[in-house]
Amino acid sequence: MDPQDHQQPELRQVLVLQPPYVFNIHEHLFTDRFHVLKAYDSPLPTRDFLHANAQSVKVVLCSGAGPITADVIRDLLALKLVVTDATGVNHIDMAECGRRGIVVTNAGDVYSDDVADAAIGLLIDVMRRITSGDRFVRGGRWPTSREYPLGAKSFDVMVFKLEGKRVGIVGLGNIGSRVATRLEAMGCIVSYTSRQKKQSTHFTFYPNILQLAFDSDALVLCCALTSNTRHMINNKVMKALGKKGIIVNVARGALIDEVELVKCLVEGEIGGVGLDVFENEPNAPRELFELDNVVFLPHAAAFTNESFYDVAQVMIANLEAFFTNKPLLTLVNNKF
Amino acid sequence: MENIDVLITTPVNPYLEQELDKRFNLIRLWNYPQKQEFFKNHSDSIRGVVNNPWHPADREFIDSLPALEIVSSYSVGLDHVDLGYCKGKGVKVTNTPDVLTEDVADLAIGLMLTTLRGISECDRYVRSGLWKKGDFKLTTKFSGKKVGIIGLGRIGTAIAKRAEAFNCPISYYSRSEKPESNYKYFPSVVELASHCDILVVACPLTEQTRHIVNREVLDALGPKGFLINIGRGPHVDEPELVAALVEGRIAGAGLDVFENEPHVPEELFGLDNVVLLPHVGSGTVETRNAMADLVIGNLEAHFSKKPLLTPVV
Repeated sequence: MDPQDHQQPELRQVLVLQPPYVFNIHEHLFTDRFHVLKAYDSPLPTRDFLHANAQSVKVVLCSGAGPITADVIRDLLALKLVVTDATGVNHIDMAECGRRGIVVTNAGDVYSDDVADAAIGLLIDVMRRITSGDRFVRGGRWPTSREYPLGAKSFDVMVFKLEGKRVGIVGLGNIGSRVATRLEAMGCIVSYTSRQKKQSTHFTFYPNILQLAFDSDALVLCCALTSNTRHMINNKVMKALGKKGIIVNVARGALIDEVELVKCLVEGEIGGVGLDVFENEPNAPRELFELDNVVFLPHAAAFTNESFYDVAQVMIANLEAFFTNKPLLTLVNNKF
Repeated sequence: MENIDVLITTPVNPYLEQELDKRFNLIRLWNYPQKQEFFKNHSDSIRGVVNNPWHPADREFIDSLPALEIVSSYSVGLDHVDLGYCKGKGVKVTNTPDVLTEDVADLAIGLMLTTLRGISECDRYVRSGLWKKGDFKLTTKFSGKKVGIIGLGRIGTAIAKRAEAFNCPISYYSRSEKPESNYKYFPSVVELASHCDILVVACPLTEQTRHIVNREVLDALGPKGFLINIGRGPHVDEPELVAALVEGRIAGAGLDVFENEPHVPEELFGLDNVVLLPHVGSGTVETRNAMADLVIGNLEAHFSKKPLLTPVV
């Protein structure tokens, strides 16, 4: 930090309504540098706290757990910047921010590697039955199946090679493109669908998900949830993918029609799934708990020790930039 | 060739059995629970054996089959075959290289991801209903971690190529340095272990490599290090590994092989930072069938006096 730019922490006020996830571990990194006003620690109701304390506050920190609604924004007359520890901004009223000229920074791509890694991890796990195999060994079943060590009868016949498999990526952004390079190194044939074809990539573009599903052995979902993409993975797409088809979802639960998914899995219409996200978290469909071709993550694809440290660094860097009138690092494009 | 007696030791693959049945007079060892009885009555006619890592072709076995001409192993590893003795007696040996390289490398990467990111632990967390009570903990990022490979042969190289796509810096130990590779060489396994985050065993099992991962290596790997074994169980001093895991002296392990398969040390069943697999490195439908095709191809070549496809001895 340039000592000439250093300001007293007390002058660098940062409001927090609900502690962002990153505070669980790295709160001190923020409180050491900034004057953090914690609405959640106050006995006052939030609105009263805002009126009493926050009229000069220019910055608010948030994550999905503490949405910045239009009402909150209207209570903060001096607000200029919202800093979130998330990549998505669904929990921030972007229209109201746009009206007031309030800018928003997000996590940038600090989570992208980890989410891509989790997607590949889920794909390999489902295709090669890793978690299923671990259950088999821990359950003490290996010795009793001694006669079939390589699995024909005892362990699993539906285990397939990755090399040469056609994988369709839905959404080729920060996460999807990282998934693509990892898959390519494993000998998979990578294609994608996206709102628009990406000129800078050599992967094959498909203009629609149904055609991509017909031509794929697996689909990896890496796109944003919008009114256009909600339930894009429906019965038709799953039937097109076929009985050996695998779906991995590290994006949002509602991209998949979950009721249809359960039906297809239970009836053997698709080959298997790896899911980090669900329509009604933290609930995962119980009907799938007996299946060996399903792997569950509890919305954990982004959450590593490393990414939490990195996001704290990005947020602090944005705050420092704001308080020293320098360009923000991870400004979110506001379409409003 | 239907009059040629070929013995298969273990029911590893129905496709393999079916294809052997079509071409030879196939004798299934597991149909004869009285092994002594079997060897007394049938051993003189057996000219070919199809075995695997769970059924060694040691001196005793080879001596019990006086008419034996060829051992075709359903594996690439050959630590379970007494190669010297076979050579001395003029018994040919073949294995199944190359066809399983990608699958084993994929499994190594899969074990790294499942172990570091706690995928199996997460799966248990959801299925047991714990997610409703609270979020899971933070796990360890895989991308960018330093990967150290013991043995830079076909499989080691395939693992390196995959890990590079995750921006993992690659280093290795080998009997001799490979100047044509761009990876960092370490002249000892202990040094390799000190300088990496994830240590992978990918070399053949020989007298020299038995217990190549020992207490000293595990100490060098350290409390933030992970061990991945897709080689052979005896590559690792298993009691030392179990102690290191139970005591938290290494961060975790992904294991496809064990010293005394199918027995796995029970202390591991209670640990969340290990992933345990029943020796499935090459266990995909496509690869099992490709391995079977090589076994059959080698037997056919031998009995029609043509050059063997993948001879070892």
